[in-house]
Amino acid sequence: MAESELLEIRDLRKGFPGVQALAGADFRVRRGEVHALMGENGAGKSTLIKVLTGVHERDGGEVRLDGKSIHPRAPVQAEALGISTVFQEVNLIPNLTVAENIALGRQPRRFGLVDWRAVRRSARTAIERLGLSLDVNRELCSYSVATQQMIAIARAIDLDAKLLILDEPTSSLDEKEVEELFAVMDRLRNQGLGIVFVSHFLDQVYQICDRITVLRGGQHVGEYVTSELPRIELIAKMLGKEASDVESMEAATAAAHHQDAAAISNESDEQPVLQTKQYTRRGAIQPFDLTVRKGEVVGLAGLLGSGRTEIARLLFGLDSPTDGTLTVDGVERSGWTPRRAIDSGIAFCPEDRKVNGVIAELSVRENIVLAMQASRSLLRTLPMKKQLALARHYIDALQIKTPSTETAVGTLSGGNQQKVLLARWLVMNPKLIILDEPTRGIDVGAKAEIESLVASLRRDGMSVVFVSSELDEVVRACQLVVVLRDQKVVGEVSGDDLQEHRIMEMIASSHD
Amino acid sequence: MTDHSVPSTTAEAIQPSEASNRISVIRLMGSRLVWPLVSLAVVLVFNAIFIPSFFAVEVRDGAFYGSLIDVLNRGSIGIILAMGMTLVIATGGVDLSVGSVMAISGAVAALILTETQLGMWAVLPCALLVAVLAGAMNGVLVAYLKIQPIIATLILMVSGRGIAKFITGEKIITIGDDSYNYFFDFIGKGHLFGLPFTVTIFLSLFVVTGLFVRMTSLGLFIESVGANETASRASGIADKWIKIAVYIFAAFCAVIAGLIDSSNINAADTMNAGVFTELDAIFAVVVGGTALTGGRFSLTGSLIGAVLLQTLMTTLYTYGVPSDVAPVPKAIVIVAVCLLQSQVFRTHVRRLFGKGAKR
Repeated sequence: MAESELLEIRDLRKGFPGVQALAGADFRVRRGEVHALMGENGAGKSTLIKVLTGVHERDGGEVRLDGKSIHPRAPVQAEALGISTVFQEVNLIPNLTVAENIALGRQPRRFGLVDWRAVRRSARTAIERLGLSLDVNRELCSYSVATQQMIAIARAIDLDAKLLILDEPTSSLDEKEVEELFAVMDRLRNQGLGIVFVSHFLDQVYQICDRITVLRGGQHVGEYVTSELPRIELIAKMLGKEASDVESMEAATAAAHHQDAAAISNESDEQPVLQTKQYTRRGAIQPFDLTVRKGEVVGLAGLLGSGRTEIARLLFGLDSPTDGTLTVDGVERSGWTPRRAIDSGIAFCPEDRKVNGVIAELSVRENIVLAMQASRSLLRTLPMKKQLALARHYIDALQIKTPSTETAVGTLSGGNQQKVLLARWLVMNPKLIILDEPTRGIDVGAKAEIESLVASLRRDGMSVVFVSSELDEVVRACQLVVVLRDQKVVGEVSGDDLQEHRIMEMIASSHD
Repeated sequence: MTDHSVPSTTAEAIQPSEASNRISVIRLMGSRLVWPLVSLAVVLVFNAIFIPSFFAVEVRDGAFYGSLIDVLNRGSIGIILAMGMTLVIATGGVDLSVGSVMAISGAVAALILTETQLGMWAVLPCALLVAVLAGAMNGVLVAYLKIQPIIATLILMVSGRGIAKFITGEKIITIGDDSYNYFFDFIGKGHLFGLPFTVTIFLSLFVVTGLFVRMTSLGLFIESVGANETASRASGIADKWIKIAVYIFAAFCAVIAGLIDSSNINAADTMNAGVFTELDAIFAVVVGGTALTGGRFSLTGSLIGAVLLQTLMTTLYTYGVPSDVAPVPKAIVIVAVCLLQSQVFRTHVRRLFGKGAKR
């Protein structure tokens, strides 16, 4: 058996300032297999791939390919060794031809000039190897995204690859295209290639992969044969739970939820703060119904890429729906934009803080007053005294660690940036606040603070939509949890049912 | 409204006032205004040594004359354009069309003065209309159609001069004796408080703009949109309207500059009015410490930048450098100032001299 190990990684270590991304990860891939690399955010999947492809240099551990220890220092070196990677976004040039794209950077030359005939010939060979038939002289952009992805694969294995890494290759593909991709993967597997498959679509992993390796917190959790690993076990391993853990926690939370459930049912005839009916955005989330009542914390649970963030963005108007209705305070709303959402008392702390959240260049004070300023007319600017008072109040109340009110937010730590963002919305005193992964990338102490903040907001009658990949957090914080899988709402749990293992079961259950 | 019961334990108390005072001093010293001021000082010291007459000021008919006054008078067009350009660049854009808008504005003014009896009181509203149309066109192309600002404003840069030529019938309209208008003449050549009237124009524009953007939240919104457009939109800022507003303001500045220019030469010369002024304005803004990538801006910096450029040009002319060669030394100074402002360059220099400072 040992001789058929194509890739063998032992005790891989890699640290970045502030985080140990990999702390002893093992990973083995055989020839002629598709091997899934699974793990939630921060598990170390992408770091492992980056070390393997020479983007990062490792701090410790061993990487063997074909029994020989390797040390790629750049992606080119990794490719020369036979390790090729295809990323989620197609890294090709749209207005060059298929052949040019495949040959780019390694054109065969004759008398110092590019030998175009050889370029086309080798491109055709590469395409045929995948069992595809397409015109190598056409521009790349004239083909669909799926085909472009195949061409990227063709380019990758044109280099006599031994190991092919597919990082989220199916995210932008529809069902039929996924089937085409799997046919190609199957063909390559039969040709003896080792394929590493990274995806958060569980159904796909179970459909195509022979074995699964799970990482968590930069460490190796285990290596399993796909057919012998029930889905719920896989999810428990990815989330770092044991079945016994789950059960002991249930008893503690059940009582609390019982009361909450009773409280909610009493108020259930009250008008919901926000309600959606068959709300959907094609390609992002399938139609869903969601009701948020006053003083209720509604959780959105599911694995990465299951559609949690997509729902949050739709509710705040950052994306526009393709169908369905949204009702706020009993009034149906269309043309929903962040401006209108804010005017209706909705606030949003996004998952990607740096892109949609804080404005790094501006000061703590400016970031905190930004939403309030934007809601007032230009001539009703908050006086500086008021701005400073607000900023200081929230710096104190949320314990934001900053040298001054005028410090640029970009220089603060992640947790403090998150708090500045929260302060921006608390200033507005919203009716409903949407928190997308509010505890991502911040330390344990700050996590606990944010959780208790959510609880206190709720006591004040605010409604919260709480998105998190940490199930224990969701169970503690929420009275109602909406469970998502593969861009679809698969169920709701509340009251006595609101337990980690119930949520995991729902995520795991395959299509009805 | 602000009272929210959030879990608050009295954390390590910080003294924001004290800290912010220190920060504002550092901000002043550390980055923006220092290098353009130093460069201006260097040019002035150079003049003091080699061309002492540069600082000579004489009084004639109750008005001041001299090279320094000349710098302010001739520099007024550059300064006014730089004000508009600063706000556009702060949103992450750029406006290449200001030179052509100057030409249109001059053409419209000349046409009204020579072909009608309406005089100055028709010129001003028409000029304003030109500004709104030109700016709105640029702004809509950038904000709604998402065209790269450099391309969007290039359209008006190229077509604008054509429009101006169409207005004047492809010839230079001279505002001669028969169409002489005292008020129009005063814009470019009059004196107020002993100084050219153009100084009053640019100073009031500078002060009013500066007060308006800093006293209202407009400045904050402009910086916010320039620094992070998506996050600004998610905070409820009307990013599209902010963009349209700054392009209209830039066109407004260009229109004023166009009036000054045509008043100066008593004519509308659509071929030469405002040629390359857009580039000078961009230079002034960049030299003044506002990054082309958008975000934080400084109107004062741009003012100093524009004065520096004009001082340099006047110095070169005083030295007898022919006007077609003058851009070369100007370019050298611009590159030097930009390098001085660059953190990377300063680090390299420091390393070169072995001080081993880390930043």
